[in-house]
Amino acid sequence: MEHTIKSENGVMTVYLRGEMDHHNAARLREQIDAALTFENPAVLRLDLSEIAFCDSSGLGFIMGRYRRMESAGGSMILVNPSEPTMRILRLAGVDSIIRAEYTKGAAK
Amino acid sequence: MKRSPQNRFKCVFPAKSANESFARMIASAFVAQLDPRVDELADLKTAVSEAVTNVIVHAYAGTDIPPEERVVIMSGELREGRRIAVTVKDRGKGIEDVKKAREPLFTTSAAEERSGMGFTVMETFADTVKVASRPGKGTSVRLYKRFT
Ligand SMILES: Nc1ncnc2c1ncn2[C@@H]1O[C@H](COP(=O)(O)OP(=O)(O)OP(=O)(O)O)[C@@H](O)[C@H]1O
Ligand SMILES: [Mg+2]
Repeated sequence: MEHTIKSENGVMTVYLRGEMDHHNAARLREQIDAALTFENPAVLRLDLSEIAFCDSSGLGFIMGRYRRMESAGGSMILVNPSEPTMRILRLAGVDSIIRAEYTKGAAK
Repeated sequence: MKRSPQNRFKCVFPAKSANESFARMIASAFVAQLDPRVDELADLKTAVSEAVTNVIVHAYAGTDIPPEERVVIMSGELREGRRIAVTVKDRGKGIEDVKKAREPLFTTSAAEERSGMGFTVMETFADTVKVASRPGKGTSVRLYKRFT
């Protein structure tokens, strides 16, 4: 699993690629949380367009970052969530809670 | 009389998180003989991933079972009518109340950002899920799926 972080004017965008399972989520959580502590952004944008696989551990990762942003008075937006991520979010009924943004041909 | 399966496999590997993707690959490789539809393959991989992750996360946690005995025992059968059964077993602590464990949102590790959705995911993406567990002995999760 790979990720790229971009920060600008209090908006941190994280591009994620690969399979979001328990093994990968554990390492990702550490790295993203370290970046959140350092940057302290008002908005976290998680680009999930290239997530090829997501299970309940991926859901746990997404919900965890959502709760962290909300409790810090910030917000989180999912960008172009892929079908594997959406179906888990839908199943858990959180697709209606977390904001998602769909951009066409998003530049990276 | 029970017909014998058309094909089957069995493998044992350490209950380590790096093996979650390995388990998904085993499941994909086994059903490749059916030339499965992409969405049905994704369903099976997701259900298998949940069952295997549960062994890795829960089965041996807080037990004094030595590392070399902390294993995932995974097997699969292909039966007539393009039906697949994958079994994920462990020799861990077992589940006290299986009915409760299967309820959506039930988790014993909320602190670790678990949402208690694993069994719900299995039930959604497999046709049938059978769980047998004995406290102190281990757990067996059987996932059934028919491919079109
Ligand atoms: N193989 C197992 N051995 C022991 N306990 C288990 C096993 N599988 C599941 N459990 C118990 O059943 C509970 C529910 O499992 P489920 O997969 O639904 O949720 P979770 O693993 O807690 O969270 P999530 O899967 O959403 O990350 C677990 O919290 C755990 O207590
Ligand atoms: Mg689970």
